[in-house]
Amino acid sequence: MNPSNYIVLSAILFSIGAVGVLLRRNALVVFMCVELMLNASNLAFVTFARTNGTLDGQVTAFFVMVVAAAEVVVGLAIIMMIYRSRRSASVDDASLLKL
Amino acid sequence: MTVMTSLLASEQAPSAAEGVFSLMWLLIAFPLAGAVILLLVGKRGDSWGHLLGTLTVLSSFIVATFLFFAEAGRDAENRAIEQTLYEFFAVGGYQVDVGLLLDPLSMAFVLLITGVGTLIHVYSMGYMEHDPRRRRFFGYLNLFVAAMLLLVLADDYLILYVGWEGVGLASYLLIGFWQHKPSAATASKKAFVVNRVGDVGMSLAILAMFAAVGTSEVLAVTGAAERMSTEWLTAIGLLLLLAACGKSAQVPLQSWLLDAMEGPTPVSALIHAATMVTAGVYLVVRSGPIFESAPVAQNAVIVVGTVTLVFGAIIGTAKDDIKKALAASTMSQIGYMMLAAGLGPVGYVYAIFHLLAHGFFKANLFLGSGSVMHAMDDEVDMRVYGALRKVMPWTFVTFTVGYLAIIGVPPFSGFWSKDKIIEVAFDTSILAGVAALVGAGITGFYMTRVMLMTWFGDKRWRDDAHPHESPPVIVGPLVALASLSALGGAMELGFLPGGGIEPWLEPVTGYTESDHILPTIAYPIMTLVVVAIGVAWAWMVFGRDPVPVTPPAGSVLTRAARADLYGDTVNEAVFMRPGQYLTRTLVWFDSRGIDGAVRGVAAGIGGLSARGRKIQTGFVRTYALSMLAGAAVVIAALLLMGGRL
Repeated sequence: MNPSNYIVLSAILFSIGAVGVLLRRNALVVFMCVELMLNASNLAFVTFARTNGTLDGQVTAFFVMVVAAAEVVVGLAIIMMIYRSRRSASVDDASLLKL
Repeated sequence: MTVMTSLLASEQAPSAAEGVFSLMWLLIAFPLAGAVILLLVGKRGDSWGHLLGTLTVLSSFIVATFLFFAEAGRDAENRAIEQTLYEFFAVGGYQVDVGLLLDPLSMAFVLLITGVGTLIHVYSMGYMEHDPRRRRFFGYLNLFVAAMLLLVLADDYLILYVGWEGVGLASYLLIGFWQHKPSAATASKKAFVVNRVGDVGMSLAILAMFAAVGTSEVLAVTGAAERMSTEWLTAIGLLLLLAACGKSAQVPLQSWLLDAMEGPTPVSALIHAATMVTAGVYLVVRSGPIFESAPVAQNAVIVVGTVTLVFGAIIGTAKDDIKKALAASTMSQIGYMMLAAGLGPVGYVYAIFHLLAHGFFKANLFLGSGSVMHAMDDEVDMRVYGALRKVMPWTFVTFTVGYLAIIGVPPFSGFWSKDKIIEVAFDTSILAGVAALVGAGITGFYMTRVMLMTWFGDKRWRDDAHPHESPPVIVGPLVALASLSALGGAMELGFLPGGGIEPWLEPVTGYTESDHILPTIAYPIMTLVVVAIGVAWAWMVFGRDPVPVTPPAGSVLTRAARADLYGDTVNEAVFMRPGQYLTRTLVWFDSRGIDGAVRGVAAGIGGLSARGRKIQTGFVRTYALSMLAGAAVVIAALLLMGGRL
């Protein structure tokens, strides 16, 4: 097993997620891209855990999943509320938070 | 040393107030209650306010008389009585009690203040009869009497300071009593401001006492004078002298007194002639041991007194306003007292003697001038008086008695008191003696001038003037004061209760017989000759020829005297103008420098924020990009410098 393949895959996934967050306007897609980035990092954690033969990375990956699940709950609720009040899920429309 | 001090202390310690002396506080309480009632009761008191005001002072006078006889009945050493009323405050080890000290010195003042005060209150009932604010006037007068009594009875310089400020306040309120006149309002402000200069000296003196002795109790401070360093004593002495100069209108703080004549005439008589302006002399005499141990300060007192007695007398020669002529004379006479007070134990008694005599005859003269003004529709210009002696015989006779007393004709009171001062002045310093003698001559000149211009010569009245004799309520006090002016010299006689003024004051002020450098008889003869020259000269100028109604241009000296010897001009040039420049510069510096810096910083931060807020676009993706970029930079830094971090 060559860990560099997994790391490269993780980096590709992370980059796709980051570019998605930056370029897409739809809040749901942005959200999915964030999940993609989280999973990319999970992949990296697990890979390093296998390489080093320790459980630390595995445990961290589980934590990330749990946190991500919680984040999804809150995030989706916020997106729902934004959609209800503004009739749009575009992140560019919700740009009131400026001076 | 300790034994010595304690022995001295036990000898000088005043006894506690018992029996009739426990009523001492009533002296102040009566007029204070009068002031509070009259100033709070409002219009309801208009019909009886003047009666209550007079009654309170009269009650104080009666109490004072009882206390005087009780005090005179004691041995000379036991005449100082102290009454502690309550604790003023205590901070750490520093405790100030409100206490009264009734010793022969304060007793003399209490009798003068309440006695002359009562007469002037009675006089004011007639003089202020038609004034709509008469009740308030009596309230202020009562306030003054209470504050003045507190001043002379205080056993602690801090309590004395309360009375000191109280009389200053009353003086301010009463000079500006006719507040509708801008000149009166200005004069009261001037008096207040000039007095503040002196009060700075007073407060600093008290602080210096506390620093040097650790207390401000009068007897403790004066008792510690011998143990204190000369530097402290000189500092305290000079500061007390500054305070005395302010209150007593001595050069260089003399300028307010002439303007203070804007107040009603009874005020001029009570406050600016008989009592308040002599508080400076009281302060110096009361603090005698400090001055005796500090020759610099003592000499300064002599110089101030000598300069002022000539200064005031010269101003008096040229004033056409009768009250201002008398005010200049007051200044000059207080100069005499100050001179005597500066001479030490040989002079204290005579300073107080002249102070009491002056209180009588100057109050008499002022009230007489008030009676004339009353008759002449408040006209004060002596150039439009003349020939009033037939119209106002009572006022004329009483005024003449005051005149004879002030120029020092025997056997009137001024002769006995002023002559003594000239004697001791000669014995101490020829220069001061000559100045006092010349001052007596000038006094003869200006007082004769006032007499001739007011009572003799032709009628120079204005067309609408209808002079008449004043009512008995005004003439009565005049007669009483004239009797006191005539007989005041009897204070020296030994058969009086207390044994005459010298043995009376001796336990407090000390008294040493002066070593005469001339035969005793030479002094009065010299003085009388000089006074006679002054009188004759005045007669040649103002008696022989008719007095012109418009003042002639006059010599350089006359013009200088008319302008108060340029006292105001000097103050303006030396203090007011530079002060104005200073304040203007400070205002400029404040608005341009300090405000400019503060506003500049604020504007700079505001401008920066206006630019900085553009960063906040509100677009989530922008924030995400900046986070990503930031994370990339951090990771790059970690990778590149990983080995060194």
